[in-house]
Amino acid sequence: MIAEAGLAALWLAAALALLQLVLAFTGASPAVRSLAVTQGLMTLIAFAALIAVFVRTDTSVALVVANSHSAKPLMYKFAGTWGNHEGSMLLWVTVLALAGAALALLQRRIGERMLTASLGAQAALGLGFYAFLLIASNPFARLDPAPAEGKGLNPLLQDPGLAFHPPTLYIGYVGLSVAFSLAVGALLTRDVGPALARAMRPWVLGSWIFLTLGITAGSYWAYYELGWGGWWFWDPVENASLMPWLAATALLHSINVLAARGGLRTWTMMLAVVAFSMSMVGTFLVRSGVLTSVHSFAVDPTRGTFLLGLLALYVGGALALFAWRASHVAEGGRFALISREGGLVLNNLLLSVILGTVFIGTLYPLFAEAATNEKLSVGPPYFNAVAGPVALLLALLLMIGPLLRWRHHAAPLARWVAPSALIIAAALMISLIAAPEMSILSRLGLAVGVGLVPASLMPLAGRSLRRTPLATWGMAIAHLGVAVALIGMASDSAFKSETLAIAKPGDRLNVGPWLVEFASVDPVAGPNWTAVEAELRATRGSGVSVLHPQSRTFTDPVTETNESAIATLWNGQLYTVLGRAREDGWQLRLWWKPFVTLIWFGGALIALGGLLSLGGRLWRGRRRAESEA
Amino acid sequence: MRPRWILFVPLALLLLLIAALAWRLASPSDNIVKSRLEGRALPAFALAAAVEYKPGLASTDLASGKPRLLNVFASWCVPCIAEAPLLRRLKQEGVAIDGIAIRDRRADVTHFLARNGDPYERIGSDPESRVQIGLGSSGVPETFVIDGRGVIRAQHVGPIEQGDLPAIRHALEAAR
Repeated sequence: MIAEAGLAALWLAAALALLQLVLAFTGASPAVRSLAVTQGLMTLIAFAALIAVFVRTDTSVALVVANSHSAKPLMYKFAGTWGNHEGSMLLWVTVLALAGAALALLQRRIGERMLTASLGAQAALGLGFYAFLLIASNPFARLDPAPAEGKGLNPLLQDPGLAFHPPTLYIGYVGLSVAFSLAVGALLTRDVGPALARAMRPWVLGSWIFLTLGITAGSYWAYYELGWGGWWFWDPVENASLMPWLAATALLHSINVLAARGGLRTWTMMLAVVAFSMSMVGTFLVRSGVLTSVHSFAVDPTRGTFLLGLLALYVGGALALFAWRASHVAEGGRFALISREGGLVLNNLLLSVILGTVFIGTLYPLFAEAATNEKLSVGPPYFNAVAGPVALLLALLLMIGPLLRWRHHAAPLARWVAPSALIIAAALMISLIAAPEMSILSRLGLAVGVGLVPASLMPLAGRSLRRTPLATWGMAIAHLGVAVALIGMASDSAFKSETLAIAKPGDRLNVGPWLVEFASVDPVAGPNWTAVEAELRATRGSGVSVLHPQSRTFTDPVTETNESAIATLWNGQLYTVLGRAREDGWQLRLWWKPFVTLIWFGGALIALGGLLSLGGRLWRGRRRAESEA
Repeated sequence: MRPRWILFVPLALLLLLIAALAWRLASPSDNIVKSRLEGRALPAFALAAAVEYKPGLASTDLASGKPRLLNVFASWCVPCIAEAPLLRRLKQEGVAIDGIAIRDRRADVTHFLARNGDPYERIGSDPESRVQIGLGSSGVPETFVIDGRGVIRAQHVGPIEQGDLPAIRHALEAAR
């Protein structure tokens, strides 16, 4: 009954979307807004129905049978709702509809015409994906007769990180649809200007914050769950989340120019379309089966064709509209090369270069195989070699960009930039003397990161801190986050130590400054798994850290995983993995990773900066509205 | 003022991308990785016996002067069960077949052979897939045609099916 109610709600939402699109054409604005809100409610009901069906392990629903099991802990039954293709697609559509509802409810700054056009675009987006769900990926399909038990869930996904990672990312990805719809609405009504930028900004900031958090959390989750000690693998699905983030970051900066000075109108519209297009391309890549990855859902070429059709329709349509209308968009204020706008143009360009290279790298194996029948893979060597230096250039730009004046910067910059430049030079020299064997990328990354720490805070220097706008604080902290993350990445890459050994209880191993004693190995059991757990005692002078890595076997489906044990200290992490048993002992893999936690701490700082900016803009907007009223 | 046509570049790029992705979706997926050793000599190896009653396998055994088939299998490999009758058929036709059991246990291999027939003259045990990887084989079952001098002449990936027999016989002939 619940499943049918969910399916009915989904059909209703699709019908409402159709009505919303039609009415948007005729310009009936209040009706369009109510429809958007109701549509959001309907999809929420459908999603709640799916959650209910999973939590109760209703084995008459095919999706539950394929992906769940009554022995799973409750939290993972709940999270299992979106740990599969159909459920996550329903989540996608729910976020899309809720974003439209929020746009209808909260948007006050743009005219009725543009809002109606934007809501129409949002409805059009929804229609295609409702059709995809209802026709090709029905989450509520029944199974008759109902089997007694489900087939379980991939144990790699039975983890607290799973509960937060996909919904956070989806709010980010799909939230960018609002920017897309607003851009389409603006192009349709020929009204691209600072007002549009100020209206778009909170939506982009909000999506961007969630994307940053989702990517950071995903990276940390992969780090401790997969047991390889790496935090980014340039996996196609990871890239699928990074590309919208890169586009959204560029969009965010472009919006600032449009809002402040009316410039970069065409760039901003282009980026708004590209950002959500990247989300859709990502959705396609992950679900069509053209790329295999750790994250891939079940391969299904018919779904892939459907999604490709939607991609062609939406992105093609938006880009066609862009090409047709963008030349009619009024020019903004002119600016000199050395100016804040100039810096932000360079920032856009560099981010677009990284975006382009990641895009090409992700898709290259596909096309190379099609053309030459040779299999090749593009992995970290390419991505690090290409994206790394450009990212360093961006980091250097970060040191001067925020200090430039709008329109034309004529004042001397040296005294603001000199301290950071000196710090970089000093860091380079110290690293050359103390650690001559570092790779050049790590060395530069570390030096630039260290120099960027004071540089990111420089815009705050010489100001009354209490009266500095919150948005400026946000910018400083977000840039500081970039510096911190950069230091973490370089430090991990340059200074990590690894020990791989076959050991028996009683053995002692060395890794970095640590002496690790392999104390014992014992069997343990959990709700749906059994494991062999090792006790490791690690010391580096004073105090002992005790770690318990496990080699775990899940019961349904039968899968073996390594549960790594990590000890977090003030200056790094000791990461331990227990492998297979052999006749002469156990495989033990130990890493000492100095300052690796800075990577995710930096990511969190970036998100915090975004949050402060968002708060600052919203608060200032409300105060301005009040004073104008 | 930028030229008007530049605004159409993103659209053009997208259409190219869609066309390429559509082509990729339409062409059949090919997850098979073939060995690059065709035409090269077998890597040297010497494997212990996989079962008690048969000798183990060394690369020198495969340079016997006449073409042989080298079949990589495992007791836990389901398609190997399907392939077994066809291997027996080839053996009845006079083809010499040697086997390599990968990542397996003696009892399980014995059991497998008892249930599905045993066409092998010698069976080597490769518990860590080292020789398998050295051969450029990426899965089971895979069958290699080795000529009399120990050179790999052909590789068949996946289970041998009815329709593959002519090609295998042809490869054995060509390897004389």
